Amino acid sequence: MNEAETKHSNTKSQDLSLNSGMIGAAVPRPDAIDKVRGEARFVDDLVFSGMLHAAVIWSEFPHAKIRNIDLTAIMDDPRVVCTLTSEEVPGDNIVHVIYDDQPALAAGIVRYIGEPIALVAAEDRASARAAATRALIDYEEIPAVFDPEEALRPDAPLVAVPAAVEKGPNLFNSMRIRKGDIEQGFAAADVVVEGEYRFGYQEHAYLETQGAIAVPEEHGAMAIYGTMQCPFYVRSAVAQVLGLPLSKVRVVQTATGGAFGGKEDVPSLVSALAALLAWKTRRPVKLVYDREEDILTTSKRHPAVIRYRSGAKRDGRLTAIEVDFIYNAGAYQTLSSAVLWRALMSAAGPYRIPHVKVDGRMAATNTVPNGAFRGFGSPQMNFAHESQMDLLSDRLQIDRLEIRLRNALQIGDETATCQRLEESVGLTETLEQAGQTVDWENRLRKIEAFNADSHSRRRGLGISTVTYGVGLGGKAPFLDKAGAYMKLEADGSITIAVGTVEMGQGLTTALTQIAAEALSLSPERIHLAPVDSSRVPDSGPTVASRGTLMSGLAIIAAAEKLQERVSSAARDLDIPKEEIPSRLPEIARVFFMRNIDPAVEGWASGEPVDWDPESGLGNVYFVYSYATHIAQVEVDLVTGEVNVEEFVAVHDSGKIVNRRLAAGQVEGGIAQGLGYALMEEIPRQGGRLLTTGLTTYRIPTICDIPLRSEVSFVEAICSKGPFGAKGLGEVPLMAAHVAVSRAVVHALGRPITTYPFSPERVKKAVTMQKNSE
Amino acid sequence: MKIALTVNAIECEMEIEPGEILLDLLRHSGYKSVKKGCGSGDCGACAVLIDGRAVNSCLVFAAKADGRTILTAEGLESDGKLHPIQEAFLEGGAVQCGYCIPGMEITTLDLLTHNPSPSEEEIREGLSGNLCRCTGYVKQIEAVKQAAKMMSGGSR
Repeated sequence: MNEAETKHSNTKSQDLSLNSGMIGAAVPRPDAIDKVRGEARFVDDLVFSGMLHAAVIWSEFPHAKIRNIDLTAIMDDPRVVCTLTSEEVPGDNIVHVIYDDQPALAAGIVRYIGEPIALVAAEDRASARAAATRALIDYEEIPAVFDPEEALRPDAPLVAVPAAVEKGPNLFNSMRIRKGDIEQGFAAADVVVEGEYRFGYQEHAYLETQGAIAVPEEHGAMAIYGTMQCPFYVRSAVAQVLGLPLSKVRVVQTATGGAFGGKEDVPSLVSALAALLAWKTRRPVKLVYDREEDILTTSKRHPAVIRYRSGAKRDGRLTAIEVDFIYNAGAYQTLSSAVLWRALMSAAGPYRIPHVKVDGRMAATNTVPNGAFRGFGSPQMNFAHESQMDLLSDRLQIDRLEIRLRNALQIGDETATCQRLEESVGLTETLEQAGQTVDWENRLRKIEAFNADSHSRRRGLGISTVTYGVGLGGKAPFLDKAGAYMKLEADGSITIAVGTVEMGQGLTTALTQIAAEALSLSPERIHLAPVDSSRVPDSGPTVASRGTLMSGLAIIAAAEKLQERVSSAARDLDIPKEEIPSRLPEIARVFFMRNIDPAVEGWASGEPVDWDPESGLGNVYFVYSYATHIAQVEVDLVTGEVNVEEFVAVHDSGKIVNRRLAAGQVEGGIAQGLGYALMEEIPRQGGRLLTTGLTTYRIPTICDIPLRSEVSFVEAICSKGPFGAKGLGEVPLMAAHVAVSRAVVHALGRPITTYPFSPERVKKAVTMQKNSE
Repeated sequence: MKIALTVNAIECEMEIEPGEILLDLLRHSGYKSVKKGCGSGDCGACAVLIDGRAVNSCLVFAAKADGRTILTAEGLESDGKLHPIQEAFLEGGAVQCGYCIPGMEITTLDLLTHNPSPSEEEIREGLSGNLCRCTGYVKQIEAVKQAAKMMSGGSR
């Protein structure tokens, strides 16, 4: 198998007249050639003349006042150029993400282990790092709190900056949904099931760690080169700490070695720190984290506890859900309010539910601030809502696939936020196709037969189905925009600049294909320039599976303008329409000779969305993607180890721009999900994370991935997306980890409700089951 | 101190510091394909061939490279043509962010040199020391199979 194929669904709501056949084609990645040659330049591969190297002095205590910072011993080495503390920050000592609570350098107080306190710049990296160890920080420890539930008790030590706390002590944010009448909903239920689900951290473990180079430019300006998802976030942060206008900060994204959300907000801090030293020394400064610093001091997936009640009729139809959850934000807000909101929006899953009550809280603790990670608050919720569906299936003796089909959202249905779905809902097709691919009922019988004969191993089949609102949605509609700059060069080639980034996901390829389609040109004629914030307007972040959608729309808008000018020039030259692509060099020459403006800009703004914080209701996203995953696992009852034998993934992300790349995204999401479900864990002792490297933070290797996997797509066309496309990036992980963990539960016939399903935890469940038998 | 070694078929002398790690030496010398992902031998991004065997260069002292022959991903091409392994990774869609790719190609070369037609299980075993966080490895397994075919002169 292993062969990705696109199966066209009959939900196609419009006929697309595509010119060049570019959309859907397996066009090779333009960025791959440098990467296979080892010539792609990541941030640590870049060197600037006179460049210094930075090291950071990190807090060693989770909550402490800083009595004194003594950096004199640092200057002992002649290769050390300078140190820098919060007092010297020329602008605001703030790294703005959503709130203004996080300082670039701790001023008087530290709130987590790994918070930056001071900086060192030296002629080489080893000298900078060695010097940083000679800092003498005099701390006065103050009471700290690490557990989010303890943090919300009235007597807990106060963690957060008061300005960042909206609702109460250590309560960063609380949000809710109230749809229908929850009491009526449960009264109408024939059965009610309850569960409590707990999650630890997941670390991004992108292979390239965080890093940035700050380079002073003429007229007091500053350039930043770095590994990142959000050049415009970095630009704002650097401008604010240096006290510069935005026009004097230029951000260039370097080849980015994986991100997964981990390079959404963190690069703002990394870049601000490098920029402070570059400002002080007037020399380029490189700051690259080593793996230990990256794991200990940067954001992760939020640990969480979710309590969930579901009510359903005897036929399996859901009548009500009541969900209460707390996520651990860490010491600063960063992106947590946005993560909380998406968790809230994901609480109901992809189901039709008349009565919904959801309450979510984001707690401040003296731990490293958590942030964005593929799925953005949803994956925890996905495990909870799917576990509840399996509980109902058990209780009602309705097959797990069938109960999902009975509740699956369809066109015309209302979501948990009372949004009526007008188009592009391929959910049922994903369920049906996934079921057919594994031959669901027969497969279950085979597994039953295997388990009846086996004493030391048990097999299980897990199913999960999810939905994901594409783009930033009703909480931050002002971010949902993107620009594209496009020019016809004098030789007929096309240069395009956008503000969303390639980080491995394949955006450069997808956008090149969209441009090629929109311009009826072959992709070789089109070049996407490196992302540079001075080339395009603020295009929002490369997050929320929005890159292809938003920049794709901006490119189409630009292409339409350019086409108009090209057509007009072609008419003057008596070139027939169908010959324009082949004779573009000739036309471009005329642009050049007659001084015709060859440059255009395209702009895309998100479709209207809204959300009412009081009720939690609204048209919160303008379109949704869907997926169903099924995993077959084999559990070793002696060791507790889980082997994922087979995997089927079916996605509806609208029109697929590049099948091979899309399949690659799904396969990568399956591996990351498998890691989240089975092995990825960071134990915490008080405020200290005990995992400091990839030796103990285990991510899936090539030996851990399923022996057989099949990825396919149903394409429920989205009329508002570029050529019918929606978003894909995050959805595979969301569905995959749940299919794996639910398969383990199916195999054992006994619930596990805490992540990850490590061999120890699985073994414990096996032992408890034996004891109870 | 100075060491003499051959890197990508070029004989050279390099000045090294006591305690210097081979990964750092190679990167300082311009072999930027050698990537640092962990510094602890866990990820394989820094793999190079030393006398024909793939080794994590973050675990080797630079002094140990004295008199040795080293190959980095920059040295895979010959006469301006991609190595079949590079071509297979490129054509097979096995590349996403690309950070793990040079190390993975080097490890693949070691594997296929010593086992020209590995089974899927042997491929998994052979590449188990090379972490990739993007691809889920599926297309990389396919690429290694394809490279094996190409290198043994089989059909493409």
